[in-house]
Amino acid sequence: MRFSIYRYNPETDDQPYYRDYEVDVTPGMMLRDALLKIQADDESFAFRHSCGEGVCGSDGLNINGKNGLACVTAVDTLTEPVEINPLPGRPVIRDLVVDMTQFYTQYRAVKPYLIVKDPEPEEEYRQSPEDREKLDGLYECILCGCCSTSCPSFWWNPEKFHGPAALLQSYRFLADSRDQATEERLEALEGPYKLFRCHSIMNCTNACPKELNPTKAIGNIKKMILKQST
Amino acid sequence: MSVKSADLPRRRFDALVIGAGGGGLRAALQLAEADAHVAVVSKVFPTRSHTVAAQGGINAALANVVPDNWHWHMFDTIKGGDYLGDQDAIEYMCRAAPRLVVELEHSGVPFSRLDNGKIYQRPFGGQSQDFGGAQAARTCAAADRTGHAILHSLYQQNIAAKTHFFDEYFALDLIRDEDGTAIGAVVMEIETGELLVIEAKATLLATGGAGQLFRTNTNAKINTGDGMAMALRAGIPLQDMEFFQFHPTGIAGKGMLITEGARGEGGYLVNKDGERFMERYAPHAKDLASRDVVSRAIYTEVKEGRGCGPAGDHVLLKLDHLGEEVIKKRLPAIRSTIQTFLHRDPVFEPIPVYPTAHYTMGGIPTNRYGQVVMPVGNSPEETVPGLYAAGECACVSVHGANRLGGNSLLDIVVFGRAAGNHIIELLADQRYHRPMTTDSVDKVLERLDKWEDKSDGESVAGLRAELKQVMEDHCGVFRTEELLAEGVEKVVALEKRLQNARLTDHSAVFNTARIEALELENLMDIALATIVSAHARKESRGAHSRVDFTERDDVHWMKHSLFFKVGRELDYKPVRMKPMTVDSFPPKARVY
Repeated sequence: MRFSIYRYNPETDDQPYYRDYEVDVTPGMMLRDALLKIQADDESFAFRHSCGEGVCGSDGLNINGKNGLACVTAVDTLTEPVEINPLPGRPVIRDLVVDMTQFYTQYRAVKPYLIVKDPEPEEEYRQSPEDREKLDGLYECILCGCCSTSCPSFWWNPEKFHGPAALLQSYRFLADSRDQATEERLEALEGPYKLFRCHSIMNCTNACPKELNPTKAIGNIKKMILKQST
Repeated sequence: MSVKSADLPRRRFDALVIGAGGGGLRAALQLAEADAHVAVVSKVFPTRSHTVAAQGGINAALANVVPDNWHWHMFDTIKGGDYLGDQDAIEYMCRAAPRLVVELEHSGVPFSRLDNGKIYQRPFGGQSQDFGGAQAARTCAAADRTGHAILHSLYQQNIAAKTHFFDEYFALDLIRDEDGTAIGAVVMEIETGELLVIEAKATLLATGGAGQLFRTNTNAKINTGDGMAMALRAGIPLQDMEFFQFHPTGIAGKGMLITEGARGEGGYLVNKDGERFMERYAPHAKDLASRDVVSRAIYTEVKEGRGCGPAGDHVLLKLDHLGEEVIKKRLPAIRSTIQTFLHRDPVFEPIPVYPTAHYTMGGIPTNRYGQVVMPVGNSPEETVPGLYAAGECACVSVHGANRLGGNSLLDIVVFGRAAGNHIIELLADQRYHRPMTTDSVDKVLERLDKWEDKSDGESVAGLRAELKQVMEDHCGVFRTEELLAEGVEKVVALEKRLQNARLTDHSAVFNTARIEALELENLMDIALATIVSAHARKESRGAHSRVDFTERDDVHWMKHSLFFKVGRELDYKPVRMKPMTVDSFPPKARVY
């Protein structure tokens, strides 16, 4: 199977280029396995990966034009030649490794932690199964960055727009029956950029390898803000 | 990249935590909340640490579903560990569990819920009520993504606490001064290839396990036992390394973990005749016997010709009787994993499984405060000043010869926190950093330079593959004198060949080849520790099963092994049989 891979080493290359590789594929092979085969022959080729089963979020890549995780993408679902690029819109460090600093900065900016003001009880907070269910589809995010780096609004305004991953996390806490910071969270999202740069293009939802729906979460936040201001 | 140790940039912190899994992050949180200046160094972004992959849950005797008691949990843990666990540490852990799980919940972990709003708990292997009675339900779960839920919450809490993170920095070695006090570490920024000395009054190793020792494993690529190898190189022994857990239900031939929670929710194993064979091996606990017991049973079924599939090389895990609702609600992530890697749906079809290398019971010896301890003179447990270890890289020992499912997430939060607390005490006494010495830094530079001189020789990837195959063939579920002796020879030969391995890429920026070469050095040291310790232990206990010594031998072998790198020497120390407050549990025959 033919792969065409984005290569760039800032120490030796003036500019990025594509290099073609031929890989003998076997039944059940994942893209990560193919990239590892390439790396076994060419150890100068760099990409991030770790768990191999889609939970650590290390190996987000642009695969034939669509963002996804290499370890859960079966090669037999891809058309040849398979073009592999780093996640779009982020500065490239080397080959398929991008600088995700801005992505993490936006994540931290939404205060992605439970805020409770009341004194803590000795036991667990009670949460009904129905309230807990509201967190499904939100808490499973693995911060791979596939969504935010597929979002045109994030490409244009990565410093000002939080991006889908961070906003999904924001809603994860807004939706948590235990959290007591709804007002501050919503207030902090006001203004034209942080939240409202989302134009419901839905690239994020299409890209998410965990089948989460950031667009819907963002819509829910917008509704909460509207409701609060009326 | 020839640099001098005196020229290296330096940073100073009160405490240095190496590793950003649950153990490291729990310790860092304790420290940051006490206003200590704490640095966390991790070779991956924190939420990519392997805690994220833990599925089934965390044990605590909350008694939310059936009656429970920390004392029963303590008994189960001691029995599960085949009486090699230290009973003071086990009492400490089991007593702390309910409070620490509630604390996790308060910090945001999205646990699944019971109808009354309390934390959902499921049955897991080796759990009992009333010291060996009816099955308990002690494992607190967030569906089958409990590790992910806990790791992300701990990272989030650390963001709130303003912990200082060094993401994608690879720790190379500890720095110890002339007195043996740990005074920091040398680390490498992966993005630039530049070195940095981090000085600290206390250093905590929380680098996880070494599942990459074996060809088929449930572990992430990063699980190369870096902290354990750093300890070995710093002259500290590794304890009980012969005890490596093989999880009964990895996806056959591939290794992805299928949580024990699948059996906790009512799944069971069958052989090619459709027989529920665990009834023969563990009449009482059946599919929820301890992991070592279930792994041996699967291995035996396959070996005796009752395996499934065209090659008869696995057994089947049946979940199809549970119904789609239960699987959707309680086991959604493993369903997706099975769909992705096997193209089948466990709602309708059974899953091919086989024992798979999973967890390092052994590790850096510590006491229950997380302090690293080693024999000095006549004392078997002298603390190494300034040095701590917690989680899978440590050996407290709470897991003894076999860890119970649900106890590893508990281990990391309990002893991460305990280590954090002890470091806070140390910081109160020790106002200033000790003078930096450069001897250990020079050694690191030498080791790095050696790789820069080598452009031909064997490939790192080839040697690593060979090592993993040797460990799988010679140090697996069942072991014999012959297999182990031959295995030791093979690993020693591989270690020699590693001296002549090549590194062709000498670039500085994000050089993954260099990192993998350094990781292989770490794995090689740990492989030796594991197989040499296994060869020496002439009994069967927990996960260490000798075909030629089938019985547990409490007279000669109820003791911890200690492996030293220099001379590959072994030493032993007694098991701590005296709990903190309750009566000791004397060894009994282990039946499930």
